[in-house]
Amino acid sequence: MSSSTVSIPSTHYLNNGTTLKSWLLTKDHKRIGLLYLAAVTFFFMLGGAFAVAIRLELVTPAGDLLSDANYNKAFTLHGVIMVFFFLIPAIPSVLGNFLIPLMIGAKDLAFPKLNLLSFYIYFVGSLFTMYAMVSGGLDTGWTFYTPFSTVASTTAVVPAALGIFINGFSGILTGLNFIVTIHRMRAPGMTWFRLPLFVWSHYATSLIQVLGTPVLAITIVLVAAERIFGFGLFNPAVGGDPVLFQHLFWFYSHPAVYIMILPAMGIVSELIAAFSRKQVFGYGFVAFASIGIAVIGFLVWGHHMFVSGESVYAALVFSFLSFLVAIPSAVKVFNWTATMYKGSLSWEIPMLYAVGFIGLFAIGGLTGLFLASIGLDVHLTDTYFIIAHFHYVMVGGTIMAYLGGLHFWWPKITGRMYNRTLGKFSAALVFVGFNLTFFPQFVLGYLGMPRRYHAYPDEFQVLNVLSSAGASVLAVGYLLPLFYFALSLKYGEIAGDNPWGAVGLEWNTTSPPPTENFPVTPVVTWDAYEYPTPVEGHVV
Amino acid sequence: MRSGTIPLFPEAASTMASRVDGLYFFLVGLTAFFTILIAVLIAVFMVKYKRRTPNEIGARIHGAMALEIIWSVIPLLICFGIFAWATDIFLAMSRPPAETMNVYVVGKQWMWKFQHLDGQREINELHVPVGRPVKLIMTSEDVIHDVSVPAFRVKADVIPGRYSHLWFEATKAGEYHLFCAEYCGTRHSGMVGRVVVMEPDDYQAWLAGGVQEGSLASSGGKLFQDLACNTCHRPDAQGRGPVLQNLFGKQVSLESGETVVVDEAYIRESILMPRTKVTAGFQPIMPTFQGLVSEEGLLELIEYVKSLKTDSQVQAVRPNTGGPAANENTPAQTPPSRN
Repeated sequence: MSSSTVSIPSTHYLNNGTTLKSWLLTKDHKRIGLLYLAAVTFFFMLGGAFAVAIRLELVTPAGDLLSDANYNKAFTLHGVIMVFFFLIPAIPSVLGNFLIPLMIGAKDLAFPKLNLLSFYIYFVGSLFTMYAMVSGGLDTGWTFYTPFSTVASTTAVVPAALGIFINGFSGILTGLNFIVTIHRMRAPGMTWFRLPLFVWSHYATSLIQVLGTPVLAITIVLVAAERIFGFGLFNPAVGGDPVLFQHLFWFYSHPAVYIMILPAMGIVSELIAAFSRKQVFGYGFVAFASIGIAVIGFLVWGHHMFVSGESVYAALVFSFLSFLVAIPSAVKVFNWTATMYKGSLSWEIPMLYAVGFIGLFAIGGLTGLFLASIGLDVHLTDTYFIIAHFHYVMVGGTIMAYLGGLHFWWPKITGRMYNRTLGKFSAALVFVGFNLTFFPQFVLGYLGMPRRYHAYPDEFQVLNVLSSAGASVLAVGYLLPLFYFALSLKYGEIAGDNPWGAVGLEWNTTSPPPTENFPVTPVVTWDAYEYPTPVEGHVV
Repeated sequence: MRSGTIPLFPEAASTMASRVDGLYFFLVGLTAFFTILIAVLIAVFMVKYKRRTPNEIGARIHGAMALEIIWSVIPLLICFGIFAWATDIFLAMSRPPAETMNVYVVGKQWMWKFQHLDGQREINELHVPVGRPVKLIMTSEDVIHDVSVPAFRVKADVIPGRYSHLWFEATKAGEYHLFCAEYCGTRHSGMVGRVVVMEPDDYQAWLAGGVQEGSLASSGGKLFQDLACNTCHRPDAQGRGPVLQNLFGKQVSLESGETVVVDEAYIRESILMPRTKVTAGFQPIMPTFQGLVSEEGLLELIEYVKSLKTDSQVQAVRPNTGGPAANENTPAQTPPSRN
């Protein structure tokens, strides 16, 4: 397609200031989004490097590649980095930051300086955790279970904990910023029920971040206090209760799972609508499903502790509530599928990621029922079944959606299109590699292979080799986009304002958008995903 | 060594295994059904509604209340069914039969210590007979561990400062993996062992061949005297401490006005922190034995207290009879009560 019909505007947020200072001290939500993009990409690579070490070690049953201690540090740092410095911030801080003001017709977030502060808090938090990584490492697992973390571990628990504590405030402030922005900054006519579902899901996410993260912060402080001062909080030798820690930790960390998946669901709603050219089926149900997940998600933490000595009746209540939280997720999956019915479906790369997400998330969600099933969870918990389940949700779900979102909005962010042939190839590698990596782990888990094992019995080897082979395919699938996204910045075809023929305010401004997003504040008179006939815009 | 073949299911060697597997197979089927349903729908839509012309848009469909209700309520009902099924299994796991053969377990970084009632001690290996319900009464010396026997489909955390319980009834002789399933530090993956399930006759032979150090209760009785517990806890109600005979499993009133059921956790707490829950009518004069008694010693003392009967102390010493019947009052999971 000739580029004569489309061009890059002469001024936009990317060339409005080119000094380092104009980037590092920017208050533009779009530039801050890109700062986060660079940071979370770095941490994704770092966390991924630890995953490579884990999968290489597990090719053979004997613990022969890494020492015990280093293996434990590898899986701990893989978890800490991926959860706290990649999965939790990735979608809200990169795409949420970039898109929420654009989607609601605002010039920026409500508190631009606070937004920049959030980034630097994240940065400082990550420095502490990086310091822990190079000065003794961390071997507590990302879950920091007591009394191991407070009494037994000889690694750098306090610096790592401090990093996570500091980083938490970044999430709290971002969540606060989003909530205020969504309440106060919507363009005229952009009513709550005209908001894109991406915005709804970020609203739900922000609620969890603001309400849940302080509990994590407190818990982490208590761990550090017991470690430094010997308080008897969790250590039973001095009168503490080790299981109390698990309650506090999971009170945040189970909702944190929804911090990771809800924004991904928001992306998928956008992708399915855009590439079906159709309103999302049951918009209100999908929107309120996000809120429902956020609320019920706060009441299920005890399902992590079915074998930790919680009372039988507490366990039953948590099991029941865990089944309830499955329903809104199921409703979303059905609505996405129904959205495609009688749509005008395009097979563009973001759509491939979206349908890949639905399939993998379905498996991730349904295997959650195994774990909510209390009598079955006893056998499955702390095995590779858990690992497989949450990687289907976190990697098959969140990362698939994140990649789909990056491929969808990349032309908006940069004004240029990437190499689509490589993009499709990469999407296929990710899908195949992912399943080959994690499906065998369900089987390993049912066989009883415990998680966090450096060495394992011989009969588990074939499945572990399959998993490691899959991981190498997955790694190539993840590295390719780095390559073609980078190339696109210089060589990419000019995308135009609306390369996909999508609706949504972000497609009504230039690519890349001007610093103020819209020259004139838009007035919204249509519903989300309402397609005029015939569709306006440039279709390749 | 079975490398070269891909095992799909673990051995089923306990009465619980087939029940757990039944639910597992049902859920595998359910997952396959819904995943395939969604995948097929997506594939059909992707092909059937593939965009024909660049400016084509989708049909104007906003939603359908009836469908929303159907796909909310049907999954909800299925979930209720699974919940009931899984709860039924869990309750069976949580409630050991009245008569169990008790084995005490102490976990420490990075080994398992098993103490049989009649004195056998094992490290990283547990011998049990086929067809007898076995209850493990477990605690940890340091951090949280977890006993997992996949072939039995059971697992329970082993928590310092508490006694947790796990029961199973093996159905098939053989050797099965015993894993520590809760991450416990450097050599976590080395904290493994095996459960050896034997035919009853073989088990008797194994018991007879073991080193006899006297029963657990008798070791406890010796410790009871060595620590001079017997000067205050006398059987004749004349001592300065409560009478311990026939005490286990009973409910007692405390000075605070509360009541407590005498279980393993209460006895442990009363030895280590004696002034926390003082029996009504007694002075808080007992000194702490914190640091003076090992976890194994505590278990011996507990077993001794369990064995104390008014008429005689013999029955708990008799080998192979399982624990005293008083155990039936023990809750399956016993978190210490907190004030």
